[in-house]
Amino acid sequence: MTSQELKDIFYNGLWKQNTGVVQLLGLCPILAVSSSVVNAVSLGLATTLVMAIASATISPIRSAVPNEARIPVFILIIAVLVTVIQFAMNAFVHPLYLVLGIFIPLITTNCIVLARIEAFASKQPPLQSGADGLAMGLGLTAVLAVLGGIRELFGHGTLLSGIDMVFGPSAKALVITVVPDYHGFLLAILPPGAFVTLGLLIAGKNYMTLRAAANAQRQQSTTVTATA
Amino acid sequence: MRRTMAKAALHTAMNVLFFTLIGTTVLALTYLQTKERIAKSEQEEKLKLISQLVPRSSFDNNIVADTVALRPDLLLGTTSAGLAYRARKDGAPVAVAMEVIAPDGYSGRIDLLVAIQADGALAGVRVVTHKETPGLGDYIDIAKSNWITGFDGKALLAGKDSDWQVKKDGGQFDYMAGATITPRAVVKAVHHALQYYALHREALLAAPVAASAQPEKTK
Repeated sequence: MTSQELKDIFYNGLWKQNTGVVQLLGLCPILAVSSSVVNAVSLGLATTLVMAIASATISPIRSAVPNEARIPVFILIIAVLVTVIQFAMNAFVHPLYLVLGIFIPLITTNCIVLARIEAFASKQPPLQSGADGLAMGLGLTAVLAVLGGIRELFGHGTLLSGIDMVFGPSAKALVITVVPDYHGFLLAILPPGAFVTLGLLIAGKNYMTLRAAANAQRQQSTTVTATA
Repeated sequence: MRRTMAKAALHTAMNVLFFTLIGTTVLALTYLQTKERIAKSEQEEKLKLISQLVPRSSFDNNIVADTVALRPDLLLGTTSAGLAYRARKDGAPVAVAMEVIAPDGYSGRIDLLVAIQADGALAGVRVVTHKETPGLGDYIDIAKSNWITGFDGKALLAGKDSDWQVKKDGGQFDYMAGATITPRAVVKAVHHALQYYALHREALLAAPVAASAQPEKTK
């Protein structure tokens, strides 16, 4: 794998084909879990882990799986990985497991995981596939983090609340209370808040992409005039 | 032609079977590896919750193992068997923590843990799980507000059942404007739990039948 390839894969996953704001796949967890940064990032990272391992595992066996049986086999592998991660979280970060609860098994049905395997890992070598899963997952995690941050800030006036569920009670000091004595803004915490915030994020991404395209065009036309 | 099709189908089936076997093996191994830790963290979680209500220094038995099954009861709001955890010091009963359900929350059932001291006063109440509106009805959760500590030390008083209501209905318990259904459900459930305790005190505090009382798996 050349470094250019790797760069392209990460550029695709993190920005150009971002699952959260461009492909708009796997919205179920985005809407449900992004009510705080810690929840959002935790589920994002769990999804990333599943995507990276699933892509890297499925890629080397892609020729051994008959075409007509590929979907059940892929889903089976994803489900096994998700369950393993669920067991591990239940054992080692129990409080977080209680919070993410049903959303962990739901990673299996998150269409982004299967979509990347169908579109990428079932056609590409293992290293590239693993990198693609990782990049796509990190792109999703980034969007989830921003969403969670905005919703938590407007909903509760804090950031990183609940971090003690991941790192133990001593991490409670990391919680940032941005607006003390905040009474909460219900809309931001409820699912509609997730829709609205996600809409704004998509608008922002589109604006930046359009501006970049316009800039490139202007530059091109100036070079054309210059040569002419 | 027919034979090749059958062969292809068989090949596909064997392939899926193969992956299923590998998957099952991986799952089984992970389960065996994590089983003990999961049981331990679930017990710790329970113990942590109980010891918020019954201070850990006030009892010396293994409270998570010293349980008695609660049969489904209208007063407990349960439709399936729950558990009561008994705290003892030197064999004498200190308190009992019961799994209670408030079935009529604003968005469905609210699972509670109600701890009652041996003298019949409440050691405290905690919400275990609920689906109340975030930011509105969720003040019953200790993580959001200390409303639930208003139960500490309260007891049944003869002929004063009207006290066991929120203030809006003429009782003694606070509520927050805009969310009265939630505290109503909790107050009612705790009241019922106290009544249940009054009726079944003997059975609840009775010594464990066998020392091997294994904690039942509950969800």
